[in-house]
Amino acid sequence: MGQIKLNQVTKSFGDVQVIPPLDLTIEDGEFTVFVGPSGCGKSTLLRLIAGLEDITSGHIEIDGKDATNVPPAKRGLAMVFQSYALYPHMSVRKNIAFPMRMAGIDEAEQNRRIEGAAKALNLTDYLDRRPGQLSGGQRQRVAIGRAIVREPSAFLFDEPLSNLDAALRVGMRLEISELHKRLATTMIYVTHDQVEAMTMADKIVVLRAGFIEQVGTPLELYHNPRNEFVAGFIGSPKMNLIKGEEAQKHGAATIGIRPEHTDVSKTDGMWKGTVGVAEHLGSDTFIHVHDTGLDSGPGDMVTVRITGDIEAKHGDDIYLTPQLDKLHKFDAQGLRIG
Amino acid sequence: MATQHSRSAARIMMAPAVILLLGWMLVPLIMTLLFSFKKYLPMRGGDLGWVGFDNYVRFVSSSAFWPSVSATLIIVGGVLAITIVFGVLLAILLNQPMWGQGVVRILVIAPFFVMPTVSALVWKNMFMDPTNGLFAHLWKFFGAEPISWLSEASMPSIVMIVSWQWLPFATLILLTAIQSLDSEQLEAAEMDGAPPIKRFAFITLPHLSRAITIVLLIQTIFLLAIFAEIFVTTGGAFGTRTLTYLIFQRVLESQNVGLGSAGGVYAIILANIVAIFLMRIVGKNLDA
Repeated sequence: MGQIKLNQVTKSFGDVQVIPPLDLTIEDGEFTVFVGPSGCGKSTLLRLIAGLEDITSGHIEIDGKDATNVPPAKRGLAMVFQSYALYPHMSVRKNIAFPMRMAGIDEAEQNRRIEGAAKALNLTDYLDRRPGQLSGGQRQRVAIGRAIVREPSAFLFDEPLSNLDAALRVGMRLEISELHKRLATTMIYVTHDQVEAMTMADKIVVLRAGFIEQVGTPLELYHNPRNEFVAGFIGSPKMNLIKGEEAQKHGAATIGIRPEHTDVSKTDGMWKGTVGVAEHLGSDTFIHVHDTGLDSGPGDMVTVRITGDIEAKHGDDIYLTPQLDKLHKFDAQGLRIG
Repeated sequence: MATQHSRSAARIMMAPAVILLLGWMLVPLIMTLLFSFKKYLPMRGGDLGWVGFDNYVRFVSSSAFWPSVSATLIIVGGVLAITIVFGVLLAILLNQPMWGQGVVRILVIAPFFVMPTVSALVWKNMFMDPTNGLFAHLWKFFGAEPISWLSEASMPSIVMIVSWQWLPFATLILLTAIQSLDSEQLEAAEMDGAPPIKRFAFITLPHLSRAITIVLLIQTIFLLAIFAEIFVTTGGAFGTRTLTYLIFQRVLESQNVGLGSAGGVYAIILANIVAIFLMRIVGKNLDA
């Protein structure tokens, strides 16, 4: 139950090909996250799987059966939309009951499933309210409730947390992860936020312009990014990518070093720079170091992360030493070396 | 929000407009009420003094009264039903992406710009004329006997003409409403297993309910007063005499201002009954 296989799937809108031929297998019970910058085709890919868009060529297999031309309702997938897409004129109860009503499930079973979902999602007190009377987080839960009661073989989430404020987002992230552990159903989750991808996924699919850049577990992507794009996209703050002379010393076109893999000293080190903005988070400090003389983009800026606190004022001299065993090397095409 | 001074200044500034509008409404209303209690025959002796409720009794007891009320309600009801049903269908159609959408939309809205007198004349002479009309030719083409629309099917003819005029209005309002429907809701319903008919019934129609209410209210107000369409087509004959038309006949054809004024007061009462009735049914749609 719940294996999804894409075989040479493409999608074009008119003359514009947004998804070039693409192969991907999502195993049963896996929490897969599609991540990439906006416009990379991740939502389109999700809609192709849902059946809301027709694929231009290729095959989609769900549960081992060809689903290429199966209408969305028959694919056994449930989707949670970015805007939640709740039906505004129906109460929460009726919203959750809607898919069961369409499927012709009898009333007693409907009520049993609604009660179950409401209890699991803390919605019991709100069943008779309209969506307009609920907060963002509650609406989100209703949308998830509406998906759960269908007992689908896979859940599809289209940027479900992007309309919530930061604190709620962290809470909902946990709730969705909990839900996945409890239901053990396949979930596909689309986001542009790499933090969501890293924290929730069993498997991350990094997309750029419709191409899959890399597929792997969060830690695989973190430790062994296949190319410069993935290296820069995964991890926060972003990896420092250094070109030019410094990179050639290591036999690469570009070297990458994560902010957390750089040692900082006020007296000596490999690279010298001046402190720009220092962001003190208490547990960590991010320092943006300027004028390092390294070819690392505008202002030759390098970001470093220090556990704990450090006395560093704007304009101070500071020395950086990368941990050489944590250095990532890329060739001229941006592909990983070694 | 404002000081005492600026508030009283605002009142003085607004006074001319308020007084003008109030006068515009009150003067005719009071004169109508005044005349309705008088025997006033302009060509036959002028003002003949007060007669109490005589005019009111005569207006209601006339054999033309109840048929005129029912004719009014049939026309209003018929036109509302046709414009809303076809308005919803046309709005859905025009919302589909298609070639020449802009031109088609303008064409659909065009009838609304035609003056009622002109459109009624066009229908009367070009479509419904029993010898030269397009309908007559169409009937003959299929070997049928042409219908003399305005005498044999007078009521449906008038409903048709008025519906043609008001359909663009309904379509326009409903089209803007349908364009504000979140497409993700329809997609969610599609994923939830609702076929197109049920998506329409459970998602689109409830979304349109407020717009339908507005169309209903605005059209009722205007349809209760239609006059030109009847004047240039049947002239009130063949059972198409509405309350408005009856009042016109009493005042101008029989030159009885008092009797017509009493009819006018009845029309005000009827309009208010219909309005209250409508508000009751649909009012709850507006506060949500």
